Amino acid sequence: MTKTSDPSIQVVRCGFMALVQDQGRFGFQELGVSVSGAADKEALDVGNILVGNSPESAAIEVMLGDFEIEFMESMMFALTGAETEASLDDVPVGRNLSYKAHAGSRLSLSNVRQGLRAYISVQGGIDTPIILGSRSTHITSGIGGFEGRALQPGDVLKVGGSELGDEYSSRCWDGYESPTDELSIRVVLGPQDDEFSESGIETFLSSTYVVSDQSNRQGLRLEGSAIESRNGRFDIVSDAVVNGSIQVPGDGKPIILLSDRQTTGGYLKIATVASVDIPRLGQVSPGNRITFSVVSVEESQQLFIESQDRLSSSINDLVGDQFFLRVSDTDISVGTAVSGSAEIVILDGIAYPIIVDEFIPDE
Amino acid sequence: MRGLKSLLWPSWFPVSRKLKSEPEGQRFPRVVPAGDSAILIELGSEIAPEISSMVFALTDLIKDAGLNSGLEVLPTYRSVLVYYDPLVCSYSEMFDAVNGAVERLVEPVNVNSSLKIIEIPVVYGGDDGPDLDFVADHAEITEDAVIELHSGTDYRVYMLGFSPGFPYLGGLDERIAAPRLKTPRVLVPAGSVGIAESQTGVYPNAGPGGWRIIGRTSVPLFDVNSSTPSLITPATKVRFIPVDQHD
Repeated sequence: MTKTSDPSIQVVRCGFMALVQDQGRFGFQELGVSVSGAADKEALDVGNILVGNSPESAAIEVMLGDFEIEFMESMMFALTGAETEASLDDVPVGRNLSYKAHAGSRLSLSNVRQGLRAYISVQGGIDTPIILGSRSTHITSGIGGFEGRALQPGDVLKVGGSELGDEYSSRCWDGYESPTDELSIRVVLGPQDDEFSESGIETFLSSTYVVSDQSNRQGLRLEGSAIESRNGRFDIVSDAVVNGSIQVPGDGKPIILLSDRQTTGGYLKIATVASVDIPRLGQVSPGNRITFSVVSVEESQQLFIESQDRLSSSINDLVGDQFFLRVSDTDISVGTAVSGSAEIVILDGIAYPIIVDEFIPDE
Repeated sequence: MRGLKSLLWPSWFPVSRKLKSEPEGQRFPRVVPAGDSAILIELGSEIAPEISSMVFALTDLIKDAGLNSGLEVLPTYRSVLVYYDPLVCSYSEMFDAVNGAVERLVEPVNVNSSLKIIEIPVVYGGDDGPDLDFVADHAEITEDAVIELHSGTDYRVYMLGFSPGFPYLGGLDERIAAPRLKTPRVLVPAGSVGIAESQTGVYPNAGPGGWRIIGRTSVPLFDVNSSTPSLITPATKVRFIPVDQHD
């Protein structure tokens, strides 16, 4: 077993917003404590698997790229979620792969090409203090994460000293589906769908809604056709809300509640997003378009179960499919080509760029 | 007194899935999905001590029975939300388990059961309560009369929400109900006691707020570093005690 002692990373550059997030803060909602947690839990899960972490480990959620960290010690890391331009020192870094960074290396994220939030997972997980059972940052209440706030340049984050077995090899995940600007989101109707008129439900299911710029980690505000309630009222005595609750306030325009939602809400809820589709909402930007379709609660559960199975079955160790590179007349065994264009290879966990001088076919 | 069951729901059994044609008043209780990982039991649609007592009795039943493998149970004014793991338990299994708990609520629930009373010392008025004079003017009574009315009631904690540890209290004397500020304050100090329409409450943490602030307590209300972080918890009562100065 190899063990690193007191490793850490330092934030070098932070353009928009970066937050420490894990699965969320559960167990205190009845005291009014928001769950928070990663907006794209699938990306968090994948990142943790790629670097050999347990599912509850924390990662850095980077909105809109423009972010840089320095590794103070050698460690494995992975980049998941939004499609970003990224490099380790000057070497391009692919997503959904695990790499080894050396002490002093810098991982830099520039532009986001598709999606909104990228996740940087490190071996052992980000080790900020556990507050009420979680490391997640809830900005509004200043709870969790790094001093209850978004990361800033100069912040030094401790990294948990995890142990990776000697058999650990670099991994890749091939279950990725590129975020799109037009999403079809599956929902389970209710809990208060019967408070809407038939034409209100019809409007909800047949309209295309546009994500407004008044959207954040608390929720997505949607612009589009107003939904009609049964008796013209939308306010209710406050009721519990969940991740993916779709509230309809008095203007008839739906709001999808996300990670940083409050624990209760005073508007009717027409539907709830299927768990399998909630991570996709964490990658949605203003201007993206959303349509809704109904599934039964049983179908929704089945979709979630299948997605969890797919998550683990799509992780591959980069040990098979080896090919050879001839470097200075010596054959070197190398891991799998990382991307279709094979611009990077991983050798003993370290990423190298490939500069092809001459291609020598296998004899 | 008669059991609440018969007062509120003459046709209690069987607990029905939602019947859209049922007249108002017979719609509750109803058990409905809140997505694929939570189930909602609605016990009413109003703020009422009777409904609240049912909410907390059902919450205890579900927690004690461990119906959802110990995941969260979230009581509100009118409903109980039960989280569960769809990888462990299907909706129909959860529906049956929850309905079983609802049916076990046949014992009369005593609305005036001895809820624990949490005493909160409050310095009213002055810098601690900049809106006390407004509330007094609005009610056309003296500031002392406002204090007497506000501290003369034990308030039922219906639920916590809005922000960590923020209690929704019921029972404010209607004579001192007052409208919210037109423009919320950017920063209300932690411990501020406020009135908004016929609600009263106390801000556990500093933050923006639009309630009329009539006083402030120096008692810490929410401590994130404690395993029992909130001084005020659901199913308790709050009593405000006027004091001249902070400890």
